[in-house]
Amino acid sequence: MSNAATPLEHTPRLPRATLTSAAPAAIEAHALTRTFGRRVAVRALTFAVNDGECLALFGPNGAGKTTLLRVLAGLLRPTSGTAYIGGVKLPGGGADARAVVGLISHQSMLYSALTALENIEFTARLYGVESPREAAIRALHWMRLEDRADSPVRSLSRGLQQRVSIARAIVHEPRVVLLDEPYTGLDETGAAALSAALESLKGSGAALVLVTHHLGEGLALATHTAIMRDGQFVKHEPRGTLELDAYRDVYREAIGR
Amino acid sequence: MSARTPPGTLAAAALIARKDLAIEFRTRSAFLSAIVFSLLAIAIFYFAWDATAVSSVDLAPGVLWVIFTFSGILGLHRSFGVEEADRAIDALLVSPVDREAVFLGKALANLAFVLGVQALAIPAVALFYNLPLTRVLAPLIGIAVLAAIGLVAVGTLFSSMAANTRLAELLLPVLALPFFVPIVLPAAQTTARLLAGRPISEAMGWLRILIAFDIVFVVACALAFPFTLED
Amino acid sequence: MTTSSKPEERSGIDWFLTIAVLAVAATFVRAIFFTPVEARQGAAQKIFYVHAPSAFIGLYVAFGIVAVAGALYLWLRDERLDRVAASSAEVGVMYLTVVLITGPLWGRPIWGTWWTWDARLTLTLFLWFVFLGYLILRGAVEDHGTRARYSAVLGVLGALLVPFIHLSVYLFRTLHPMPIVLKPGRPSLPNSMLATFAMSFVSFSLLFLALLRARYRLAARADALVAEEEVESSPVPNLRAEPVR
Repeated sequence: MSNAATPLEHTPRLPRATLTSAAPAAIEAHALTRTFGRRVAVRALTFAVNDGECLALFGPNGAGKTTLLRVLAGLLRPTSGTAYIGGVKLPGGGADARAVVGLISHQSMLYSALTALENIEFTARLYGVESPREAAIRALHWMRLEDRADSPVRSLSRGLQQRVSIARAIVHEPRVVLLDEPYTGLDETGAAALSAALESLKGSGAALVLVTHHLGEGLALATHTAIMRDGQFVKHEPRGTLELDAYRDVYREAIGR
Repeated sequence: MSARTPPGTLAAAALIARKDLAIEFRTRSAFLSAIVFSLLAIAIFYFAWDATAVSSVDLAPGVLWVIFTFSGILGLHRSFGVEEADRAIDALLVSPVDREAVFLGKALANLAFVLGVQALAIPAVALFYNLPLTRVLAPLIGIAVLAAIGLVAVGTLFSSMAANTRLAELLLPVLALPFFVPIVLPAAQTTARLLAGRPISEAMGWLRILIAFDIVFVVACALAFPFTLED
Repeated sequence: MTTSSKPEERSGIDWFLTIAVLAVAATFVRAIFFTPVEARQGAAQKIFYVHAPSAFIGLYVAFGIVAVAGALYLWLRDERLDRVAASSAEVGVMYLTVVLITGPLWGRPIWGTWWTWDARLTLTLFLWFVFLGYLILRGAVEDHGTRARYSAVLGVLGALLVPFIHLSVYLFRTLHPMPIVLKPGRPSLPNSMLATFAMSFVSFSLLFLALLRARYRLAARADALVAEEEVESSPVPNLRAEPVR
């Protein structure tokens, strides 16, 4: 098996044909707000993520990071404000916005009774991917799971399930990839495969939003970083050159404030 | 945007139904449980209600449709249980398929499940109660299909809600059974008439209620389904 | 910890409720002592003064509010609508329980049986089950938003169920002759009975509204307390708790 550090074959081809010269950013949020009853989870966020960028989003539990991702993924409607996913406006864009998004969460979102290949092929069909079976096999190759294609998900370890879940989320070559703590439960090999896959996606022009507690992995992939607290970005800046330890101090200061 | 087109509502529903049936086929335990339950219930009812005292033609319709209801409910719960387990439902909802397609797909799979159980339960009732099934078989199948449609429409919607709660398996019958009255009553009355040798035209009033129920509730439940999803 | 509350929420006597209860009591007194006994049915007929208004209010008013408030909630997402619906369901279930108790109590001496598939009684029974399911559903769901949505869906579907149960019972009864139910027709009621009937209607309606209002306020106060707790206990970032690699 190839070394985790070498580039992968089978990098996804992203649909670029219809991007205009004044291409809208892959993700745009304008005063995006989401409340649950009286609790404000996401508070008037305005930001953008362009193709090929990765926004690493850090913050304590309850800051609203998961809620933000779910709004961008189309699972939750914004209470107020708007978002643009691949140029499609939310609220309202519905299926068109969801078609270009891939969502990865710490739950696998898989059917444990079906095999890895069946799960991924089903997802490919949901997105209308041509030749869904081939696309599914490609996605499995990508996460180095070819020999597990016919294993029922139930029989796979947590780490392998997470990799299947990632393959499932990107089988349709999404322009926007939203990741909610994807490194949870992954061992060294899994984490390395994930990081390599994400680098590859970034290289092909996808826009990533990566929510993670693992500052190191997040910083390695990030082009921009943000620290979220109580529904707002208390810090949002390009990655810069801070080393991990220095950034750790920045983080602690930001959430302690 | 990409040139690919996500499947339309019906195509997506078929896709989801196939997936649900594939999962059910893989494990089969829910289907087998529902069948075993039906057979057990038929046997117990048969002993409890002495068919020598009251004619079996009078007892059988009630037994048949009561068992239909309870075994139908048994199978419904797994429909959303499998989606809740690892939040697979999120993957469905994040995809471009619309919410009505999710409902239709699951309802179709449930329909296949219920009809599959009935295909074994009805002959079993005929066996125990010595019913002359052959001449009433065609209309009986029709009634079974109509009743199953109504049951599945309501049951799929309520199981979507129940799956999210603490009391899931108990909540589903509590919510759904009052809604099954306009299904069970017409079905039992029509079956009774058929078994007594009356022509089906005599039962048209009941059948109209059943058909109207199916139409109204399939539409209403499909429209209500998106409201049971977090938004 | 004292919570601020508006002056009118401070517990004084709920005047509306007191008046309503007195009105109902007055109706009972009038019905028992000052209204003539009906010739054919005897004293048992007087249960009618409780049974009829309770049925009408429970079946149509209470359930109507549940369904309409629910539908409006799904459209407007205002939690006050959900509170109205829930309060109406609770008071409605009380009224329907009264119907289900008084029905057989009235029926036994008159029809000779405790239960008969009388159209109104049957509808009451099944709507009572729907109400109970509604309340059990609410008890089983933690999140307020989800609870409101689910309740609204059940309420609207329940309203759709009503005509089907009506139809089913009607068809059942036309094909299965039932004992003739003696119901005093309104035009032929002597004025004194009519007056008592009107009085019971008004007083039971007042009681319904008073109970609805009281229940609504209780729910509003409870929700306000929960919301305050949520705001106070919002997560404080714990520097040590984050696994930083």
